[in-house]
Order: sequence, then C-alpha cells, then structure tokens
Amino acid sequence: MLESLLTQLEKQHLIAAFALVGGAMYLSYIVSDKLTRGRVHGSAIAIMVGLILAYVGGVATGGTKGLADISLFAGLGLMGGGMLRDLAIIATAYGVRFQEIREAGMSGVVALFLGVIVSFVAGVAVAYAFGYRDPVTLTTIGAGTATYIVGPIAGAAIGASSEIIALSIAAGLFKSILVMIMTPMLARHIGLDNPRSAMIFGGLMGTTSGVAAGLAATDPKLVPYGAMTATFYTGLGALLAPSVLYLAVRAIF
Amino acid sequence: MVIYGVALLAGCMLVGLWAGDVLGMLLDIDSNVGGVGIAMLLLIFIGGYLSDKKKLPASTESGITFWNGMYIPIVVAMAASQNVAAAIDGGLIALFASLVAVGASFALIPLFGRSSKKKPSSEAPSTAQDPLSARSVASSHSRPTR
Repeated sequence: MLESLLTQLEKQHLIAAFALVGGAMYLSYIVSDKLTRGRVHGSAIAIMVGLILAYVGGVATGGTKGLADISLFAGLGLMGGGMLRDLAIIATAYGVRFQEIREAGMSGVVALFLGVIVSFVAGVAVAYAFGYRDPVTLTTIGAGTATYIVGPIAGAAIGASSEIIALSIAAGLFKSILVMIMTPMLARHIGLDNPRSAMIFGGLMGTTSGVAAGLAATDPKLVPYGAMTATFYTGLGALLAPSVLYLAVRAIF
Repeated sequence: MVIYGVALLAGCMLVGLWAGDVLGMLLDIDSNVGGVGIAMLLLIFIGGYLSDKKKLPASTESGITFWNGMYIPIVVAMAASQNVAAAIDGGLIALFASLVAVGASFALIPLFGRSSKKKPSSEAPSTAQDPLSARSVASSHSRPTR
C-alpha cells in the first residue's frame, strides 16, 4: 500500500511537487500569521524553508539540486527549474506599463554596470585578503561573486583551475541566497518600495533567482521591474569579467 | 480561450530567449543576454496592444495570469532545488565575498535617490488579483514605521 503510494509520487513527480509546495506555503502562511503576526512575509518563510530543505537534500544525497535530488521530490527540480521559472517571471510583466520602465531606464543601466563592478571588486578584495595573489584566480572569484554563471564562464576563458571555479560558484550561490533572505528584511530601510528602485535593485544585485525570490517576499508587484534588469546582468558580467575586468586585475596585481 | 494566453506567453518567451542568444553570439560571449527581459518587453507591448484593441477576453488573459500567480510557488520550488550544500562547502571565502558584495550593493540603492512616487500604483493589474499582493500591502501598513 505505502509502497504503491511512493511509486505514484515518484511517477507523478511534477504533480507531487505542486501538492508539496502548496502544503509548504500553507504552513508558512500560518506561521507568518500566528507566530510573527504578519511581520515576516509568508513567502519569505516558505523560501527559507525551501533553502533549509535544499541543504538537507544536498547533504543527504551529495547531489547538486537540493531536495530535488531525492527521487521522491524530483518534481521540484522541474517546477523550480529554469523553464517554468522564466515563464512565470515573464508572466509577471503582463500589465506593467512601459512608461514606468522607460522612466527608470537610464538608472537601470547605470545600476547594471555599477552592480557588476562592485560585486567583482568585492570578490577580488576578499580573495586577496585570504591570500590569493594570482590574477586568474582573483578574476575568477570576483566573477563568481557577480553571479554563479559568470564565474565559470570567466574562469574557463582565462584558464582557472577547477577548484577555483567551484569556489567562484559557491560565492555566487551564497550571493543569491543572501539576496533572497536579506531583501525582505532591508527593503524598507533602502526605499525598495517602488518600480524605479526595484529596477535599480535588480541591476545592482543581478542574481535573477535571488532578486526574483527576494522581491516576491517583499512585494510581488515589484517582481517584474527587478527581474527585467537582473536578466541583463549575467550577460554583462560575462562580457566584462574575462575582458576589461581581467585586464584591470592583471594591471594592478 | 485559455490556451491563447498561454501560447502568447510561450511565444514571447521563445522569441525573447532566442533574441538573447543571438545577442550573446553577436557580442561573442557564451551567455544569453537579457533573453527574459526581452521576452518581458515583448509581452508588455503585445499584451498592451491587444488589450487596447479589446482582443484579450478574460479567458485568454487568465492563461497569462495563472502563470503570474504560480510565480511565488515556483520560486519556493526553485529555492528547494538550489545547491545550498555546495555553497556552504565553499566556506568562508565564498561567504565573505558574497556578504561584502551584497552589503555594498544594498548600500548603493539609496544613492540613486528616491523617486517621488512611493508606492507602485494600486491599479497596476499585474498581480492585482493575487491575494499575496493584497496581503503584503496590508502587512506593510500594519508595520510600525521606523
């Protein structure tokens, strides 16, 4: 009996994920209401629960996809994977007025360049403080601190070792997790409550998953604005890190 | 029909991601450049045009708003399938590097100056039907302002 239920859950993995996430969100909203009196948003709690479960799943299986590596929860990987995530992010743009995007357009572009450079410099500085002196290593860690996609792209382009590339991916993963957790906590203090600042926020942070989850837990209305600029960040980082920024690091160190 | 809305959304996504790939190739970088952002712009323009022409009946629209409403559950599933264990294995350098980067980026946001409009306009239909947005507005009002 129980075995056939488990078999069904594994077979209908996407449907099982819908039910699981629905249940997790229901509990998270109860916790938000009763324990924090709505002060911590339900979706922020649900995202934290997701991250903790992802850690447990990763440690239990040694895989790379968190809880989705446990075959019973494989559907989470499909539900939260790039394909459906992008579809849902694009759907949030429906009904947005282009005028609001155009008004913040220039600030968004400035934020993008500044965001890539600030994260890169932060990564390089911390790597330097930990004793790394080789420009290739410094650049790769800096690029990974921008996003975990830029790290491997830059590292492969300039010939970094695989341990350093793994380290750069870890930096990018931490960044996206930190943005998910810190955004709802800091939003009010930095004026993150309107489309314009959401676009600047997306450009500065750049991690699409972090921005998407952080804004969802702050105010879902802001999601399309932040996501819009954030999706240009990885491309810009991949453009700048192995070229201009690498040359700058080599000139300095 | 619902499928028309879903198909419009899917079409915008496919064209946008393809354009992002082409843009990446033209710039000679191994990455998609803003594909999702381009798709969002397409949906804003095409969706806005069709809705002005009254060519988007409620059933068609619901094909888009359903996926809009699924956004937060999908993000929760995404969080549950992140490689959190690897991030923690990366150790202190990875944690410090990202902490400094995120802290500095947050600190920069107020430097861009606050806009005169404090709230996104309430009639923005993007997530208006979503109970979550109503809840978040309500909870932000009940919070004490510091």
